[in-house]
Amino acid sequence: MVLVTGASRGIGAATARALAAGGWPVAVGFRNGADAAGEVVSDIAGQGGRALAVAADVTDPAGCERVFDEIEERLGPVLALVNNAGVRADNLSLSISDEDWAVVLETNLTAAFRLTRRALRGMLRARYGRVVNVASVVGPRANPGQANYAASKAGVIGMTKTIAAEVARKGVTVNAVAPGFIETDMTADVPDAVKDAVPARRAGRPEDVAACVRFLASDDAAYVTGTTLYVDGGLAA
Amino acid sequence: MSTAETTRIEQIVYDSLKTFGADEAAINRDATFETLDVDSLDLAELAQIVEEEFGVAIKSGDVAELETVGDVVDLIAARA
Repeated sequence: MVLVTGASRGIGAATARALAAGGWPVAVGFRNGADAAGEVVSDIAGQGGRALAVAADVTDPAGCERVFDEIEERLGPVLALVNNAGVRADNLSLSISDEDWAVVLETNLTAAFRLTRRALRGMLRARYGRVVNVASVVGPRANPGQANYAASKAGVIGMTKTIAAEVARKGVTVNAVAPGFIETDMTADVPDAVKDAVPARRAGRPEDVAACVRFLASDDAAYVTGTTLYVDGGLAA
Repeated sequence: MSTAETTRIEQIVYDSLKTFGADEAAINRDATFETLDVDSLDLAELAQIVEEEFGVAIKSGDVAELETVGDVVDLIAARA
C-alpha cells in the first residue's frame, strides 16, 4: 500500500491516481478538502483500484501515528510513501515572520522526515520500500520571495540523499522529484513571466510529475536511490 | 526473570539476527555483532523490534555499549 500526503488535489491527487493505475492500493491523505479527497477515491474505485481517504495533518505527530495504524489495518503495510503535502508562505526574507518560517519548514521538511521515519519501520522489516519526496526546483535554485520554501525543499533533497544511503542495502529506495512550474491551485498566482522562462515554453501538468513518482515507486527503479528527478521542462537545466 | 522468558528473548533476538543476514550457525551469546556482520542500522531495527515485543527501550547510548548477542539479551532481561 502507498500513502500519498496532500493527495486531495494538484500533484498529490494526480500521483494517487497514477499509482492506483499502476496497481497500488492508495491511502489518499488530506488536511482540508475531504470532498476532493473523496472524489479521488471514487475515481480510483471507478477504475477498479483500491483507495481510502485519510484525514491527516502532517504537522501533528500523534495524528500521523494514528493515520499509520488506521491505514495499515485497512490496506496492509505502507510499502511506499509519497511525501507531497506542502505549503507556501512567500515574502521577502526581510519580512518573513518566525511563524511563516516555522510553518513552511514544519510542513514541508519536518513532517516528511517524521513520516519517513515511521514508514521505514515496516519497509525495513519487509526488505522493500519506496519513499518519494516531492521537492522543487526552488531550493537548488534561488527564487526571491521564497527563502522559507527554498530552505525546506533544499532540506528535503539533502534528507533524501542521506536516508537513501542509510537504508539502501535493505531494499528501500528514497528519491525526490523536483517539479518546476506545474499548473495547480498552489501556482495559480504565479506570473506568466515565470512560464516564459521555461525552455519547454509551457507549464507542467500534475500528471507529468505523477508519472515520474510512479516510475520511482516501481520495480523498474529498484536501483535508483538518493536521486532527484527534475520535472521542470528544462527550467533547472 | 524466568528461564522461559529469557529463552523467549533469546529466540526473538536470534530470529531477528537471522533476518538481518547473520550466519545462523554463528549466532550464540558470545558472538559479537562485528563478527556476525550486524551493523548500526540492524541494531536500530532490533531496538524497534525489542520495544514492540517487550516494551523495553534501547537508546542509541545503550547500543554503543553492546558488543555481543549476550549483552543485548541481558539488557532486555534486566529491563523487561
